[in-house]
Amino acid sequence: MNGVHDMGGMHGMGPIQPEKNEPVFHGKWEGRSFAITRAMGAWGKWNLDATRFQREQISPLDYFRMSYYERWMVALVELMLKNGMVTPAELESGKADPGMVKQHSPLTAQKVPILVSKGVPARRDVPVAASFQAGQRVRARNINPVGHTRLPRYARGRAGIVDRDHGVFLFPDTNALFLGEKPQHVYSVCFAARELWGEQAAPQDSVYLDLWDDYLEPA
Amino acid sequence: MTTTRRDFLTSAVTASGAAVTSGHAHAQDHTHDHGHDHQVVPSDPALRVTALESLLVEKGLVDRAALDALIDTYENKVGPRNGARVVAQAWSDSAFKQRLLTNSDAAIAELGYGGLQGEHMVVVENTAKVHNLVVCTLCSCYPWPVLGLPPVWYKSAAYRSRSVIDPRGVLREFGLELAADVEVRVWDSTAEVRYLVLPERPAGTEKMNEAELAALVTRDAMVGVAKVASPQEGGPA
Repeated sequence: MNGVHDMGGMHGMGPIQPEKNEPVFHGKWEGRSFAITRAMGAWGKWNLDATRFQREQISPLDYFRMSYYERWMVALVELMLKNGMVTPAELESGKADPGMVKQHSPLTAQKVPILVSKGVPARRDVPVAASFQAGQRVRARNINPVGHTRLPRYARGRAGIVDRDHGVFLFPDTNALFLGEKPQHVYSVCFAARELWGEQAAPQDSVYLDLWDDYLEPA
Repeated sequence: MTTTRRDFLTSAVTASGAAVTSGHAHAQDHTHDHGHDHQVVPSDPALRVTALESLLVEKGLVDRAALDALIDTYENKVGPRNGARVVAQAWSDSAFKQRLLTNSDAAIAELGYGGLQGEHMVVVENTAKVHNLVVCTLCSCYPWPVLGLPPVWYKSAAYRSRSVIDPRGVLREFGLELAADVEVRVWDSTAEVRYLVLPERPAGTEKMNEAELAALVTRDAMVGVAKVASPQEGGPA
């Protein structure tokens, strides 16, 4: 979707403000938000792409008004409601429905080191032919899907050179909507900065994006 | 969705007698300028998250000990010291450096790192003529196993919007002025590949061992918004 999350190249966002000696979490609630989101993900009711898509659907004004982990929490609440894991009444009262059957979280403390060390790989070991190869000139398609996509607006319609083939990965556009993994090759594509931004960019500079087969066409 | 459910658990929080403060009350020590994605937030998100955790624990949907373990992992175990070890080893061992640049996952795994949000990693090398910079314009992708969780500025609208269109201006704000003939390569992490910058080894470090070298390497240098300062310049910036 052409949402405000797709920020590459926007103006007016102000200076970058690094914080000295920044803590990992600003206040306990940020850490709890981070951990609750990860723990609820372990139920397997949704996936990382669906989570990102949910955050992208936060209304633009709220997206900018909220801090990072507030967005995480709001998106998580929506995902839990959609999947019937909590009810509106429970969110109103803060108390579990008396008729609910108590569950047992799949993510226990013992399993945390396994999750952290193994991760959730998006690479798929399946034989899928590559449409492009390193060195080839390609163009990012001019598409404007209303769902989730990882093709930023600033690259659409622009031509670049395939730098390398990363291998086969699940496809976020379909995975986010639970329409299947549609595994396909992902390439690092090098775009000249001037192809993206015009003459204001330095002639030797470039931007590399990781793009799926479905985002590309020969150029 | 036409509205955003920002007010989840407001009633529960209010009913519990907790003081819900509105708007953007700030902590007393929060003195820097505003207008960015600051995360010293009003107390109501904190109260709501506490209420949500209680509800999910009551339903058995989350295990409180697992939450504690996750937080402990990223507060105390996984962070930029991991990446600094990788960099120091690459500076000290040219064979390792070659492996790191050609098969990053396997080389990083030699040091015991890998996993969540770093299942697939690529290391890019800075030289006198090439400067690499990493961003995620669409969200906040970052190589957790070697750098930990990203800082606020990395996730901010300012960094996400500007790094791709004005990388030299961004670097200037971080105090790094690149020569006109240096080539800037920006890596926008749009897929599940995570990027780590191998900074240039600074002058004056020829006699240093790996531990001493690792102590010089900063998170910012591994994202590409800084260089590693030579020890004569006073060590890590």
